[in-house]
Amino acid sequence: MESNSLYGPLDPAPEAGYTDAPPRMGFFTDTSVCIGCKACEVACKTWNAVPDDGFDLLGHSYDNTGGLTANSWRHVAFIEQPRSSSGASTDTPGAFAGLPVGPSSVPATNVIAAQTSADTGTSPGILPAVDALSAAATAGSEFLGAAPSGGCGSGGCGSSSGGSSSGGGAQMLGMPMTDLPGRVNEAPRSDFRWLMMSNVCKHCTHAGCLDVCPTGALFRTEFGTVVVQDDICNGCGYCISGCPYGVIDRRDDDGRAWKCTLCYDRIGDGLMPACATACPTESIQFGELDELRERAARRVETLQAQGVAEARLYGNDPSDGVGGDGAFFLLLDEPEVYGLPPDPHVPTRDVVSMWKKAGLAALTMAATAVVAFAGRRK
Amino acid sequence: MVPKADFQSYYGRPIVRPPVWTHDIAIYLFTGGLAAGSALIAAGGQASKDPVLRVAGRGTALAALGASAFFLIKDLGRPDRFHHMLRVAKPTSPMSMGTWLLSFFGGAAGVAAAAEVAPFLPERGLLGVARKVLPPVGAAAGYGAAALAPGLATYTAVLFADTAVPSWNAAYPDLPFMFAGSALASGAGVGLIAAPGRPMRRMAVAGAAIELAAGHRVEHGHGLLSEPYRNGRPGKLLKAARVLTAVGAVGAVVGRRSRVVSALAGVSLLAGSVLTRFGVFEGGVESAKDPRYTVIPQREGLNKAGGRKVSGPSPS
Ligand code: SF4
Ligand code: SF4
Repeated sequence: MESNSLYGPLDPAPEAGYTDAPPRMGFFTDTSVCIGCKACEVACKTWNAVPDDGFDLLGHSYDNTGGLTANSWRHVAFIEQPRSSSGASTDTPGAFAGLPVGPSSVPATNVIAAQTSADTGTSPGILPAVDALSAAATAGSEFLGAAPSGGCGSGGCGSSSGGSSSGGGAQMLGMPMTDLPGRVNEAPRSDFRWLMMSNVCKHCTHAGCLDVCPTGALFRTEFGTVVVQDDICNGCGYCISGCPYGVIDRRDDDGRAWKCTLCYDRIGDGLMPACATACPTESIQFGELDELRERAARRVETLQAQGVAEARLYGNDPSDGVGGDGAFFLLLDEPEVYGLPPDPHVPTRDVVSMWKKAGLAALTMAATAVVAFAGRRK
Repeated sequence: MVPKADFQSYYGRPIVRPPVWTHDIAIYLFTGGLAAGSALIAAGGQASKDPVLRVAGRGTALAALGASAFFLIKDLGRPDRFHHMLRVAKPTSPMSMGTWLLSFFGGAAGVAAAAEVAPFLPERGLLGVARKVLPPVGAAAGYGAAALAPGLATYTAVLFADTAVPSWNAAYPDLPFMFAGSALASGAGVGLIAAPGRPMRRMAVAGAAIELAAGHRVEHGHGLLSEPYRNGRPGKLLKAARVLTAVGAVGAVVGRRSRVVSALAGVSLLAGSVLTRFGVFEGGVESAKDPRYTVIPQREGLNKAGGRKVSGPSPS
């Protein structure tokens, strides 16, 4: 593939002018072993003295952080889905004897959760959903109109036309169920799985935030990571719109942009980043990016061999729209379910054509003015 | 239980962040364009020996420039650090390029406007020298400002396009023309109020035509990502902008014998330009707030390519 300094695979630190740069460092976040303990969130806050992000209850399962903000540099996403993992069905006869039965209320509660707002002390921070009903599909592709199965998922029919779901459960639109799952008789117990993912800045090979920063506050470190210099940033907010992942954000009280530094102060001293150090399951792995990519490829193979067909890597491919992420992931569902863009590209990929178009428009404008005044007689 | 969605997301929350910029930036788009358009009519007035047009153009350019700087600085998280913009010059950052452009343009437009005080200076002494020197210096500065003006009017399109805001990014081929047309129309608007004549009528009609044609492509040429420009508030704003711009252009032509009708046409063009900028600004914000506009186009691309990433280098 053709490439230049604006897109395609490259090694960012030498590209940025470092001679004898150390190997590129990064994160591999393996969500298949994440237990949602949020030790990473806490460790990050503690080490980096990140202010509180409000004490909000969002109703996103166990996620009350809501997303990455200037005041949350690690964010653990929680997704509840009324379906089984392809590798581990809970559909064992008798497994739920004596336990409540009935359709899952997850899609409906997701709709409620989508409308909660969070005061994170940052802008734009965590905004409520524009279209809260679309949040139902967080619970799984069964709640997609275009779902390949075309019918009811294991969690009940996602029908707006008044069709009854299997147990005759609540038919409320945008309201939680009015009954407890166990009160409804003769309804099958649904399978259920819980996805957890510790999200973080991707430290992109081609970082939109860095490319567009007009002050040079954002810079590339010798480790190939992307860091904001807080003594330079003037809070213009351009990076916030430049990031294709919606990571970087601005603090309301000090007006500057903040995000994960990949613990620049620690890794320079040979320490692991705080989150990776705290993670009890090695879901967050820190190391040389080349080595992490190999390790991740082996891990996907293992999982798929064990029957987890939905295991996939995200952000590992150096030929993707951002030239590959310095922090990449192993996911168990489509990226968008975790709030990640499915196929992002760095906006500056096209900046040369953008300037060309602007130049053409500028010439048109100049020519128009000249013609307007041409041949003027008074 | 609930209606089906046509895409998946994390609780329907935005994926890319909506811009942190306020309406200050929409106003800046207008004042920046107005400064550019006015610098052009000032230079035209200079060249065609029309002092009224020249003075109006230079005055408006300077005032609009001052407003631009004010709104740009006000919108920063740290206004006291405005000068950090001048640490670097980065072609990948349209905001960096724009700051330099605005600075040079500001210098030229400032000198050109200052030259207008020459006739009021005493004939003798140091100020007497200034009285002689200022007009030619002002003329050179006026042409300098006019040379930079088209860049000033169109870089803002790259400023918007070079972001992850879906509807701004997708419209990158058309936005610069829309903004160029809008800037021409607003400059002509000032001219029609101050010194209507054939050049201003031509400029009004051409500017409006460019703006409307490019605007049509922005609003219809980018599939799903054109939708935010047609719906809701942005849709209303852009519709009103279209009407005002068209009325202004027609008014400039049919009202050519009437000072009043010409001036009203000028006001209509200016109002159209303001609304165009607000409409484009808000359309982009809406496209970032709804994850639909991030997920669906990317997903469609992936599906078409059989699951392979398609986001690498664009084919062109
Ligand atoms: S563009 Fe976003 S994800 Fe990439 S380095 Fe910048 S803030 Fe991180
Ligand atoms: S807000 Fe700060 S870090 Fe972000 S682009 Fe502006 S100056 Fe750079």
